[in-house]
Amino acid sequence: MSKPTGLAYFWYTLEQRMATPTPYLTMFGLSLWIFTYWLLCEGLEFWRFGKIPGPVTVLTDWFARDPFQGISIFKEEYYIHIWSSCRRIAIAFCIATGVGVPLGLFMGWSKAFRDYTFPILEVLRPIPPLAWVPLAILMFSGFETPVIFLATLASLFVTTLNTMLGVDSIDEEYFRAAGCLGSSKWQIFTNVVVPGALPFIFTGLQISVGVAWFSLVAAEMVSGDYGLGYLIVDSFMNNVTVPMVIGMLTLGLVGWGTSVMVRQVGRQLMQWQVKELAQQDR
Amino acid sequence: MQKEETARDAAGGRLSIRNVTKIYDPEGVNVMAVDDCSMDIAAGEVCMIVGPSGCGKTTLLNAIAGFHSITTGEIYLDDQLLCGPSKPQASMGADRIVVFQHGALFPWKTLLENVAYGPIVQGSMTKEQAHALGKVMLEEAGLSDVADKYPGEVSSGMARRVEIVRALINSPKVLLLDEPYRAMDALTKSIMHESLLEVYDRTKVTIFFITHDLEEAIFLGDRVYVMTTRPCKLKKVVDVNIPRPRDYKILSSEQFRLLVEEAKEAVHEEALKAFQAGERELA
Repeated sequence: MSKPTGLAYFWYTLEQRMATPTPYLTMFGLSLWIFTYWLLCEGLEFWRFGKIPGPVTVLTDWFARDPFQGISIFKEEYYIHIWSSCRRIAIAFCIATGVGVPLGLFMGWSKAFRDYTFPILEVLRPIPPLAWVPLAILMFSGFETPVIFLATLASLFVTTLNTMLGVDSIDEEYFRAAGCLGSSKWQIFTNVVVPGALPFIFTGLQISVGVAWFSLVAAEMVSGDYGLGYLIVDSFMNNVTVPMVIGMLTLGLVGWGTSVMVRQVGRQLMQWQVKELAQQDR
Repeated sequence: MQKEETARDAAGGRLSIRNVTKIYDPEGVNVMAVDDCSMDIAAGEVCMIVGPSGCGKTTLLNAIAGFHSITTGEIYLDDQLLCGPSKPQASMGADRIVVFQHGALFPWKTLLENVAYGPIVQGSMTKEQAHALGKVMLEEAGLSDVADKYPGEVSSGMARRVEIVRALINSPKVLLLDEPYRAMDALTKSIMHESLLEVYDRTKVTIFFITHDLEEAIFLGDRVYVMTTRPCKLKKVVDVNIPRPRDYKILSSEQFRLLVEEAKEAVHEEALKAFQAGERELA
């Protein structure tokens, strides 16, 4: 029997998914959360929660052609904030991955290289991104570069460390087998070290993209002209609380989107794992 | 018979292990894993190494394969020195290929890519040639259906057979097997044995096979080398004069039973010693 393809396959998977409790539980959980939020802020106006805009206020403003507090999906400014943050994340994430993955691979592969670099990494890693802010402002000019630097820094450490642990996790027998079959050192690197570390690398990248958002927003709050972090802090300063909440929710959604993208790329690159898990019905 | 022997010698694969000693000192205390062990394995011989767990059989295999150094002694493959006083650790090479206990097919490559790996990295074939030969060899082994699957998608028995094909494509002189069928049930094991015998009858490659299972040793081997408990040295050699090709009928023969008895006596004594010493297995 041939596998269904294209639209037929899409319907098949959709049908399969609707037959499980997952979508219903998700819907229920989500509505429960929104209902609690509504109850606290609007339904009961519970103590200090009264100052916070509730779901009805936020949603009406978010989707209004002419929003009361200035930010909605019909305003160009909203997209400028999203775009600024996304562009910074893209640059920071690319730099962090481009540097962190090779660095981690070599640290895992070569004992001598690890001896040189690991202590430095371990000293710099615990310093939180916010502690780097003054240094970043002194080192770089303008708004853009210090923010990107801070976002890069945090995710660089995560990526490097996970990649290195990924190389450590490779079973010694694969190195031996590759050696027996006549591989050179470089061939072992490309055929064993890189693919063997991939599962850890992608776990690291998923965390790293989250950490990048985390430090980006912190940086935008301190110095910035646009961006979701800036929007949140700027709205708070100007006493417009609805755009603040819109900014937070947008951040959550966009951040989730980037995680999904990283996961999808990982699945594409690690077909062997996907098929192995499918055999175990997972 | 005489003619066949010379043909085997020409293909190579004679292993001689001379006075090999291996001492580990993991915590400043010397542990002797192998003590003055000597054996001569003829080209094309199926040599079965039997001994209590942790006795140092794998140490010997690792020394031949080039994974570990030896402390004293020499190992030769067809008069060519693999390791000795001047060179304590042999270099790894495709003339001696190991099939591992837990299997070491690369999970990120399909079975065909795994099989074609050796000739490609050695530069002896292009990718197309290696894949074409790999397909032919998988087909010969009755495995052509699974060529495009990943190792994680097939049974461990199937994976182990593919691993043997991955070794054979390089025309190795010696195949080193480290308890490859240890974790399998009896039925799968018997299928594995048949397929290994079939491979051997076709290639006549020298086989160095480590096992705990005496019936397996006698069913497959030309000679069974019983090793002492740690430190490992040769205790007894059992010659198996059962003609090839062999099949499962011999398992119930009187000759087979007597050979098993003979080997069991020697092994049991050592196993008891090892048990009383309560030693942990060495890597």
